[in-house]
Amino acid sequence: MKTRAALFASGALAAAGAAAAPFQDALRPAGAQAAHIGKLWNFTLGLCTLVFVAIVVACLVALWRAPRADHESMADVSSLARPESRIHRRIAWAVGLSAIGLLALLAADVFTSRAMARLPLEGAVNIELVGHQWWWEARYRDADPSREFTTANELHIPVGRPVIVTLHSSDVIHSLWIPNLQGKKDLIPGRTAILRLRADRPGVYRGQCAEFCGLEHALMALQVTAEPSQGYEAWAERQRQPAPAPATALARRGQQVFLGTTCVMCHTIGGTTAGAGLGPNLTHLASRQTIGAGMFPNNRGYLAGWIADPQAMKPGVNMPANSLPPDDLQALLTYLETLK
Amino acid sequence: MKNRVGSVVLAGLAFALALSGCYREKRPTTAPPGTSGVTQPTSTAQPAPIVVSHYTDNAYAVSQGKTWYRAFNCNGCHAAGGGNMGPPLMDAKWRYGADPASIYASIAYGRPNGMPAFGAHLTEDQIWQLAAFVRSLSGQLSKNVASSRGDTLQDGKGESRREKETPVQEQTPAVER
Repeated sequence: MKTRAALFASGALAAAGAAAAPFQDALRPAGAQAAHIGKLWNFTLGLCTLVFVAIVVACLVALWRAPRADHESMADVSSLARPESRIHRRIAWAVGLSAIGLLALLAADVFTSRAMARLPLEGAVNIELVGHQWWWEARYRDADPSREFTTANELHIPVGRPVIVTLHSSDVIHSLWIPNLQGKKDLIPGRTAILRLRADRPGVYRGQCAEFCGLEHALMALQVTAEPSQGYEAWAERQRQPAPAPATALARRGQQVFLGTTCVMCHTIGGTTAGAGLGPNLTHLASRQTIGAGMFPNNRGYLAGWIADPQAMKPGVNMPANSLPPDDLQALLTYLETLK
Repeated sequence: MKNRVGSVVLAGLAFALALSGCYREKRPTTAPPGTSGVTQPTSTAQPAPIVVSHYTDNAYAVSQGKTWYRAFNCNGCHAAGGGNMGPPLMDAKWRYGADPASIYASIAYGRPNGMPAFGAHLTEDQIWQLAAFVRSLSGQLSKNVASSRGDTLQDGKGESRREKETPVQEQTPAVER
């Protein structure tokens, strides 16, 4: 457990050092939907602050007006016996004000929902996001099936264009939450949920599974990169390509290791005979920034550790420990690094 | 007043006692010692298989086996245990032995008439988990270990509700040409 914590800490540090760490902050909306939610939050916070201040002031006034005593004389409590003046009117005022406050919150809630439902969806990017224990599978849909592609744990979306995320779960209930872009939405096995969002500011935003889904629930992250349309199209075009054929002898051997051992039973690499769907699609593994669903930076060292013994790095994942001979492992890593 | 304190203390003690009954199932995320004794055969001779499987009484391992069974397309030939191109796995008849070690050998090294050898493509751990699950198909495991339902469309009674079959040896069919 200690080694795991240390691994995680160093991974987090390395990730923070390598690139600007993706941030996750509901108070800094980066999209149309999150902006509506942000406004609702600010209104709720303001109103509740008013109520809190009013209650504290009322308590202080009551304390100030309370009968006083000192060590020589008793308090004059005769006022407590008198009926309070205009009690009904005061209570009516308090109830009325509370009701207005609550109704205001309700109205703000309704208007926020309506505003969020009115997001224009012309020219939307369609993404099917499948929650697995404990990673995200993203299938980019297209009217032309040959232009569809699959990736994992990383979404790229164009800034200013709406995105329709269709949510499914393959095992247990998960929940998608990308605080900078949208509210939460549950992924329930056997049901389809739809999340509509739009990023208005380029940046890297972190999403997180927000419904307890098992051992590694807390480490099931999704990285969302919002970039200008041009950059997004270039990324999508690269993702549509099959993996390049290995160019060097070492990479060719790595591919043989991949296809000849355990890897091929669960993973897909486009352009090869590997086509299994239990684990993440690795066609463009090297283009991703993290491995293990946002847990570790994607570099040779972490990848080697992950392949050799994932159970030490993320206990409970479906991927088994692979005891490959060192030469085979190095060849495999070299091959995986070519999957840009 | 004293009575109330006493009853709170008593309730706390009862709660602590109840909590002591809770425990967390230990999941073998790494292979326990003893399951990795089988090595790849260097010749065509059958290796001496080890006989102890730590997984036949572990619910987590059996459910992992169930996941592999579907993911690695055992269904393709054995259907959901009912058999089709391959022999059924939920009945009493066994051609190559019903014990975990024999099932391990069948998966790892293959059998005549079409069962491929998966030894190179699966880890030993996974094969033991698969072997444990395969035994649950004919009710060989205890009811608190076998799965009661699947992740997908139900294809029959859960393994935990199956009658225990008594394994009988079936004659290996002659190789078809």
